Amino acid sequence: MTTYDVLIIGSGPGGYVTAIRSAQLGLKTAIVEREHLGGICLNWGCIPTKALLRSAEIYHYAQHAQDYGLKIEGKVTFDPAAVVKRSRGVSQQLNGGVAFLLKKNKVDVIWGEATIDKPGQVTVKKPSKPAVQPQNPVPKGTLGEGVYEAKNIIIATGARPRVLPGIEPDGKLIWTYFEAMVPPQFPKSLIVMGSGAIGIEFASFYRTMGCEVTVVEVLPQVLPVEDAEIAALARKRFEKAGIKIMTSTKVVKVEKKADSVVCTLEDDKGAKSQLEADRLISAVGVVGNVENIGLEKLGVKMDRGCIVTDGVGKTNVPGVYAIGDVAGPPMLAHKAEHEGVICVEGIKGLHPHPMDKAMIPGCTYCHPQIASVGLTEAKAKEQGLAVKVGRFNFVGNGKAIALGEPDGMVKTIFDAKSGKLLGAHMVGAEVTELIQGYVVAMNLETTEEELIHAVFPHPTLSEMMHESVLDAYGRVIHS
Amino acid sequence: MPINILMPALSPTMEKGNLARWLKKEGDKVKSGDVLAEIETDKATMEVEAIDEGVLAKIVVPDGTADVPVNALIGVIASEGEDVGAAAAGAGSSPAPAASAAPKPQEAPAAQAPSAAPAAAPAAAPAAASPGARLFASPLARRLAKDSRVDLARIKGSGPHGRIVERDVKAAIAGGGATAAAPTAAAAPAPAAASAPQGMSDATIRKFFEPGSFEEIPHDSMRKTIARRLVEAKQTIPHFYLTVDCELDALLSLREQINNAAPKDKDGKPAYKVSVNDFVIKALAMSLQRVPDANVTWTEGAMLKHKHSDVGVAVSIPGGLITPVIRKAETKGLSQISNEMKDYAARARARKLKPDEYQGGSSAVSNLGMFGIKNFQAVINPPHATILAVGAGEQRVIVRKGAPEVATVMSVTLSTDHRAVDGALGAELISAFKVLIENPMGMLV
Repeated sequence: MTTYDVLIIGSGPGGYVTAIRSAQLGLKTAIVEREHLGGICLNWGCIPTKALLRSAEIYHYAQHAQDYGLKIEGKVTFDPAAVVKRSRGVSQQLNGGVAFLLKKNKVDVIWGEATIDKPGQVTVKKPSKPAVQPQNPVPKGTLGEGVYEAKNIIIATGARPRVLPGIEPDGKLIWTYFEAMVPPQFPKSLIVMGSGAIGIEFASFYRTMGCEVTVVEVLPQVLPVEDAEIAALARKRFEKAGIKIMTSTKVVKVEKKADSVVCTLEDDKGAKSQLEADRLISAVGVVGNVENIGLEKLGVKMDRGCIVTDGVGKTNVPGVYAIGDVAGPPMLAHKAEHEGVICVEGIKGLHPHPMDKAMIPGCTYCHPQIASVGLTEAKAKEQGLAVKVGRFNFVGNGKAIALGEPDGMVKTIFDAKSGKLLGAHMVGAEVTELIQGYVVAMNLETTEEELIHAVFPHPTLSEMMHESVLDAYGRVIHS
Repeated sequence: MPINILMPALSPTMEKGNLARWLKKEGDKVKSGDVLAEIETDKATMEVEAIDEGVLAKIVVPDGTADVPVNALIGVIASEGEDVGAAAAGAGSSPAPAASAAPKPQEAPAAQAPSAAPAAAPAAAPAAASPGARLFASPLARRLAKDSRVDLARIKGSGPHGRIVERDVKAAIAGGGATAAAPTAAAAPAPAAASAPQGMSDATIRKFFEPGSFEEIPHDSMRKTIARRLVEAKQTIPHFYLTVDCELDALLSLREQINNAAPKDKDGKPAYKVSVNDFVIKALAMSLQRVPDANVTWTEGAMLKHKHSDVGVAVSIPGGLITPVIRKAETKGLSQISNEMKDYAARARARKLKPDEYQGGSSAVSNLGMFGIKNFQAVINPPHATILAVGAGEQRVIVRKGAPEVATVMSVTLSTDHRAVDGALGAELISAFKVLIENPMGMLV
């Protein structure tokens, strides 16, 4: 029997990137997948939602063609089935791409569900649950059920939607992202429970497609992890777009009717109300997939439903590693990829630096977009830091005006003493593509000085990143 | 996949070394265990072994290159069946295992270029860049260093390619971690360090001499280390000196008895031949036990009070000197000390001492008596707190009970780090030493 150097359980963005890096390092590598190569990200998360949102964006622009001096004869309409079909096509293409990359790097793909029998050994059986449909064809040349040996086992099983008791998704009236992504038709009205990235993106998509959308958030702020000022600005824009937002409110009961749901809501003062809509999307976070892997028997240490690791992927059991969502928050694809690379480089005997979670950016692709990295203003103050805050509004930027996107803000937070960039937060057009400039700056430990000295190209939205820094130091030009 | 051969760290504190020579040529087959190259540090010469099989595809750093940073790419091995050209072309691009080359100390051919070292632990040496070299530090690290008046040149970087990053400076400010070298000069208020006298520039010095009237000998790494460490010692350690005369007649007579009593092997060679210096080592070791407060090392954070007497002994070798350390010398008999010193001295001359044989210690002996030197003051080798300079034993007229008398007398001078050992304490130590030397039977019990 082949003994693998590294066997990875789960082929999401964490797992498959880890597998490729492992193979690059000359390690004999296998990856086990029970359902979809590329995992949630590529099949049911990041990627297909971006495809849906792109359809919504173009629809939005088409509806506002006259703002740009264009005339569309007749009415701009959409075909829900075609929008969904395009999104599935994008996923399918990338799913095939992952299969190709794994093959190219000579990574063995084992099809099925893995259980760790003991360190060094994994049994792969038929999946214990049916695959979410539609499922792409199983790639050719995969290995099947059986017992496999591996010196190092990396758990990269990801996460799944969190379920609130009494509000269990049924796939028909109460949706998770799985159903929300492939609706047979678009509902006329929708309640979105939870205003994190997933909830807000669906709210934004369905609102643009003409649906009556209400977002219910238990915390006082939409996008609760974002900077309060940015979230407040975003909220105004969502409301302007017609999304109804109820913060400090929770869904306490859901009554299912023939083709609608009636939600009983309760605000923080205990006042109850009822709200009826065609569908309810439950987007109250995700939980790690820790079941049926054999973790209990192995005695793998866990905390709040996630596997505890040491910063370079090691669990408390020698030879067993965990990366990505299953190894704890932030549950983001790019975090999983990095953790995986660090983990396998550690296995190879290299000396990677543990990941600095303070520098992991977050992006939400609603309209307007949100992007951020580092500390919020509130968090920085909580830590007792004296801060300098810079703000720059889109309305002062030439490119933003030319694009017809005058709403938004770039906010930067510096340590007043050292000039260290503590955080950057943005709302507005294309900000998800801008944030990386600050991420690089933070990783290189630049201070305000280097950011001020750097030349930003004109005319671009990125000039606002410069202006925001200038503003923090009382030198802003276009404001 | 090509395997990168990286500059190995021969000791935990090694920053850079010289690539003395390659023992394999490009295109040579190598197998695990083959010696690829010889690395020369300021302390020793060591071999780099292959731990993978393949073909030496490319030599990146040629023979005789000085100051190659640890972990720098020095060569590339193409593994079996791999295109050698491609591997060579891709040199350095692939992130290959850092562990592909392992240093194998202590088997270097004696013919190797000179390299050895003056003294003890490089741990105490300033960690980083040579003057004038570009210093890599993040902007934030520079800002923090400036604000806290920390000298970046004394900080060892932990970022990519040894770049100094925020955490390094913070550690230096806190006075701990990887930057233990920093405290004395770095964390102290800057003016003292900043105003430290800079020597004349090379150009200025050359102007004093007629061109062609001198020969230029490039510094080897031992010379550079001696220069750097002794400047550091004299600039950072407040020295003071205590001299006493010790009468040697009793010791000389005991020595004769001991050596006459040595068992001989079948060739008539005695099992040991104890020297006066062996007595000096033993006496210093015992004195440090009798005056334990003087058996210390200064650090900014605390005084390190040693339990044993690890005594360094300066050994002159061609081109410089090195200070092997007799560990726990207070527990060792004279014959054992004597035999250890003979072994150390022989291996020091062959430049085969291991770093752990010449690093550390709390005091040292430097003996120039064999050159007829009457008395001198030695420079303390950090991390020692004292060093004993030993002069020649000679017949002198002394006054005993009001009358002149001839005795064999040896003058010794203790150089003392005033931060760690004050005057009275130093006097106590050297007095204890004098008692033992003049009553040498005390060293046999």
